[in-house]
Amino acid sequence: MSADDAGEHRRAGGAPAEHQVGATPPGGGRVPHGDQAARSWEFGRGDGRRKPRGGGKRDESVMVPDAEFQSYYGRAVLKAPVWTHDIAIYLFTGGLAAGSALVAAGADLTGAPTLRRNLRLTCLGALGASTFFLIKDLGRPERFHHMLRVAKPTSPMSVGTWVLSAFGGLAGAAAVTEAAPLLPRTGLLGLGRKVLPAAGSASGLAAAAVAPALATYTAVLFADTAVPSWHEVYRELPFMFAGSALASGAGAGMLLAPVTEAAPARRLALIGAAVELTAAHRLEEGHGLLSEPYTQGRPGKLLRAARALTLVGVAGAVAGGRSRIVSALGGAALLGGSIATRFGVFEGGVASAKDPKYTVVPQRERVDARGSAKEKRHSGIAVDEDSSAREG
Amino acid sequence: MVSENSLFGPLDPAPDAGYEDAPPRVGFFTDTSVCIGCKACEVACKEWNAVPDDGLNLLGFSYDNTGGLGADSWRAVHFIEQPYGVGNKSAPFASTPTGPSGTGPAFDVTAAGVRALPEQDRLGTGVETSHEVAEAARQASGAQPQFLGMPGAEPPGRGGGAESRTDFRWLMMSNVCKHCTHAACLDVCPTGSLFRTEFGTVVVQEDICNGCGYCVSACPYGVIDKREDDGRAWKCTLCYDRLGAGMTPACAKSCPTESIQFGELDELRERAQRRLEQLHGAGVSEARLYGNDPEDGVGGDGAFFLLLDDPEVYGLPPDPVVTTRDLPDMWRHAGAASAAMLAGVAVAFVSSFFGRRR
Ligand code: SF4
Ligand code: SF4
Repeated sequence: MSADDAGEHRRAGGAPAEHQVGATPPGGGRVPHGDQAARSWEFGRGDGRRKPRGGGKRDESVMVPDAEFQSYYGRAVLKAPVWTHDIAIYLFTGGLAAGSALVAAGADLTGAPTLRRNLRLTCLGALGASTFFLIKDLGRPERFHHMLRVAKPTSPMSVGTWVLSAFGGLAGAAAVTEAAPLLPRTGLLGLGRKVLPAAGSASGLAAAAVAPALATYTAVLFADTAVPSWHEVYRELPFMFAGSALASGAGAGMLLAPVTEAAPARRLALIGAAVELTAAHRLEEGHGLLSEPYTQGRPGKLLRAARALTLVGVAGAVAGGRSRIVSALGGAALLGGSIATRFGVFEGGVASAKDPKYTVVPQRERVDARGSAKEKRHSGIAVDEDSSAREG
Repeated sequence: MVSENSLFGPLDPAPDAGYEDAPPRVGFFTDTSVCIGCKACEVACKEWNAVPDDGLNLLGFSYDNTGGLGADSWRAVHFIEQPYGVGNKSAPFASTPTGPSGTGPAFDVTAAGVRALPEQDRLGTGVETSHEVAEAARQASGAQPQFLGMPGAEPPGRGGGAESRTDFRWLMMSNVCKHCTHAACLDVCPTGSLFRTEFGTVVVQEDICNGCGYCVSACPYGVIDKREDDGRAWKCTLCYDRLGAGMTPACAKSCPTESIQFGELDELRERAQRRLEQLHGAGVSEARLYGNDPEDGVGGDGAFFLLLDDPEVYGLPPDPVVTTRDLPDMWRHAGAASAAMLAGVAVAFVSSFFGRRR
């Protein structure tokens, strides 16, 4: 915002421009959207409908038109999530665990032993990483078991803890049965060698039944917060995470199984990528101001990288039928895309919580739209409209 | 005791949480129109609750060097300096004078006051170069040297009459946890550490909290926060221990202007309504209540406010909604996405499945 604007604005607020009240930046300033670098502490009590000035030359690429809002020294209304990137990693590993359990179950049912074995083991590894990062992110890691003292449907984290525990037991058991071929052929352990595969199938299928809940509850976990850009997209987010989980599981399959066995994984990669990219598109385009954090800065870069990687993965899935290398590269790209997706969504939400714009503007619009007598703006608005009419 | 309004809408939270014979719900009514920004509430809260210090900060936000609520600030006084158009809007208070204090005679008085500098030199409180400044001011105003004694403690303009006030006003507000009827922090807490007390307030149990941080992201007011060196979440308890002993919370007890009023919520709501009418009657048309309405997005706050400007000017969200209002719909969408996952896997594997049978 230029000094000129500031002066003009101050007049609009009804205060004579020549009166400098003090060097201290006052609160209650309206700050223009999309102008954070030059955010100046404004006296103005303008009407929130700033008109284009200076011949109407405006940057058409700006998605959301300038508006103004009031804030307390530009400080965030919300507390930004205290979660670290551990949680973004967990989103990925949890999704990978779910996706690979599903692929492993499919492989089991269709008789693809390498795919089955490697994805069960992938699932186990992802599970271990998930648990590690979840506990590491706690402020009091030694108290992680306090999660298990209640089961609370209003807390997605509580639901997720139970889902993860159930899934962990089943998928872990399925993975352990892959050790059966290592057992001797005779004796008591030999009996285990015969029984274990059936037990592995049973628990693997049960794990696959729980897997979708593991992959999608994290979307509810994020959406069920006051973080503006997470909550706003609660309809798309479960699909985005579901698609991302499928794509990562399929990617692991393309990476870790021979091309003949990986055919279903390649098909699943296309399905997962389609779901993820569609949901991501709606996330980035469909929510006006609250989509903005997903398109700007680091979250924007991450989500663009995610799209590029996922498309590379799709190409690998299409062309991977003949070449193990192409298939593996495609799989790796899908995994990378899934990681970037999770980090992008994570950081986009954090950015939306840190900037009061994303909290105040939508809520103010809601209040103004309701126009209820209780919340009616005080009489200052009439003055502001008069003066902006003169200026405009 | 779960009712259809358990997630959203008007509700008496303590019975809903399962208390039988719960005492009446209590809360705070913070009337910012009489707040003088003395921060006695902040101090009393820290002392009583043994809240650790959070550093000595000069933030440059007027007199607010607390910087908002947090794990180590359960009361935080906000200061807003505003130009306030005289003639365009009502005076903050009809009986107080308005007009510039920084022009004309007021300048002369200030300049003359600076002439008490020899006295300052003697006391060692003088500022370098102030002699030159004072002399320039004296010559500019043409005033004769005259000792006026110590600067008065009256607000600017009081001595000079209504015409000598600036079009400037202070807003001060002591912020606090809202003890929401529908408290998102409590809804999402996975350990049961946050709980609803019999008084209808919301309290963290420090021996249960494992620092998962979910409540921090869930609170629509940005109140609760994780204490860095301790890992757990902390916030106002509405002095649960004092309530249990029939005492007033420390902040309300210490507030010298009764800006912070403690009591039964129903009674506070009536009192606030009367105060609002009184202010409107006195021409303070910008006065409005915030968080008092049981029909609002959080079912009404247990700690609500009388404000003199839009909530966002004070750093409050204009229209907070408890995030768990939409939780059933979120689970429905997650369910649909889960079904889509299973369908996707079925489609991907179906031809292999039948291919194997052949
Ligand atoms: S949601 Fe925030 S304001 Fe409401 S009770 Fe919890 S911490 Fe307090
Ligand atoms: S940080 Fe503590 S109080 Fe907050 S949700 Fe987690 S366990 Fe509950």
